[in-house]
Amino acid sequence: MYAQMVQSTGTLKTREEMDERERAFQDRIDAGEKIEPQDWMPEGYRKTLVRQIGQHAHSEIVGQLPEGNWITRAPTLERKAILLAKVQDEAGHGLYLYCAAETLGVSRDEMTEKLHDGEMKYSSIFNYPTLTWADIGAVGWLVDGAAIMNQVALQRTSYGPYSRAMVRICKEESFHQRQGYSIMMKMAAGTPEQKRMAQDALDRLWYPSLMMFGPSDAESVHSAQSMAWKIKVSTNDELRQKFVDQTVPQAEYLGLTIPDDKLAWNEEKGGYNFSEPDWQEFHDVLAGNGPCNADRMAARRTAWEDGAWYRDGLVAHANKRAAQRMAAE
Amino acid sequence: MSALCEFALRMGDNTLILGHRVSEWCGHAPVLEEDIALANTALDLIGQTQMWLGLAGEAEGEGRTADDLAYKRDAWDFRNLLLVERPNGDFGQTLMRQFLFDAWHHPMLTWLAENSKDQRVAEIAEKAVREAAYHLERSSDLVIRLGDGTDESHRRMQDALAYHWTYTGEMFEADAIDRELADAGIAPDPAAMKPGWDALIGEVLAEATLSVPENDFAHKGGRRGQHTEHLGHILAAMQFLPRAYPDARW
Repeated sequence: MYAQMVQSTGTLKTREEMDERERAFQDRIDAGEKIEPQDWMPEGYRKTLVRQIGQHAHSEIVGQLPEGNWITRAPTLERKAILLAKVQDEAGHGLYLYCAAETLGVSRDEMTEKLHDGEMKYSSIFNYPTLTWADIGAVGWLVDGAAIMNQVALQRTSYGPYSRAMVRICKEESFHQRQGYSIMMKMAAGTPEQKRMAQDALDRLWYPSLMMFGPSDAESVHSAQSMAWKIKVSTNDELRQKFVDQTVPQAEYLGLTIPDDKLAWNEEKGGYNFSEPDWQEFHDVLAGNGPCNADRMAARRTAWEDGAWYRDGLVAHANKRAAQRMAAE
Repeated sequence: MSALCEFALRMGDNTLILGHRVSEWCGHAPVLEEDIALANTALDLIGQTQMWLGLAGEAEGEGRTADDLAYKRDAWDFRNLLLVERPNGDFGQTLMRQFLFDAWHHPMLTWLAENSKDQRVAEIAEKAVREAAYHLERSSDLVIRLGDGTDESHRRMQDALAYHWTYTGEMFEADAIDRELADAGIAPDPAAMKPGWDALIGEVLAEATLSVPENDFAHKGGRRGQHTEHLGHILAAMQFLPRAYPDARW
């Protein structure tokens, strides 16, 4: 899941407050129909989706950086090939998602500029560094694992192009998660140094992974409208609980310790009790004060600015060719 | 070391080091489609490396794997062309390096797939040649478009060509190993690849409105282990983990 704290435009209306078109729209959503680009939709629905899909796309793009950080240092040729394929997939996900957002009338370039201006966000998780090779395993296991929780649910989202993008993305993400876990298995069963790297990666990435689901439902001001529109289909807390319940046995299997003294099975709720992440840290990261925010944004802006001559060159060439064709006709 | 082993090292070290360079772009390309294409190119090259270095280890017969060869040799044992270790520079420099290499690599693999008397060499080339065909199609298309784009893109591509040009002659030099390989029908005489390369380069650069540099000096040494300063830094990054943790399995 790569969208957090997406502001929902429009306040939740009762049926009486809706006009006729809004009621018909809500009825389609309630009946489980998909909304397609040519269909009428409330402006708030469109804007909220652009924010959410755009943020998700940006996260895929920025997410190339922490993983790309280890491609040149991957410890075997096979691990290097797997990581390259993974990062290529992430960039491909960015492409589908930008295309899905473009069906809502906003161009990729516009969204890119908003990312660079700080007007649009990307997931907080990518503001954390990848410090050892075990972090590449932990990113696949935990970060992709958390992403899948949300994305599996989003396959049922009401907007057709977004829902279809999620179906494709989920297939690849579960593959990535297995590959990440495979790295963790090697590390956890390896030399004392490798075990130390594995535990250290879990210690550093556990709470940031929990933060990926966004703040607690009680504080999540944007959820109600997005849920009514089925832009969101599960609450932050539901998904976080599912993630913890899935991940704890996996950590046990690895012989690693989740850094939470309060972690305990709760028979009554059929899930684990666990500690909340430090939400102040989450807000600090979103405000730009995470360990890597400045570097990530600088890298993206530099790539864009340094690449301007390339993009301009291609456009100029296409224009020349078009002019030649016109002249020849 | 046998000529076959040496040949497989030369092929595999080219793809390993170029793949490394290309992968350095990850997340930094000028447009998203390029991020995808560069990762894909690097992935192809690393896949080819696994095959060539696997063959080198087999031909050597001392039990070394492709990973041993990639991660546990020092610079003087690397056999790649100097061209592929040249720094990425701007995107134009990276693209021009790729094009100059692809224009050699694709015909080379085509020859090997069709003619090599060594079955293993022919089989690897057969797999790699389809990827190399796509690399060449992409790099020549982009060289044309950027050469004949804006004044700035033209200037950058011409500069990139000048930057790499004196590192292209090495592709066509022959030593005793090459002569042995050619006599055995395993690989072509490197010099025999030159006319085709010249023709292809001439055609693409003309369409790109770029001029072929007149300097015919050639830096050499990579194929016998004398490299530029850059290779040591590439290996320092690439080999860090297996060197720092020699007992670990990954």
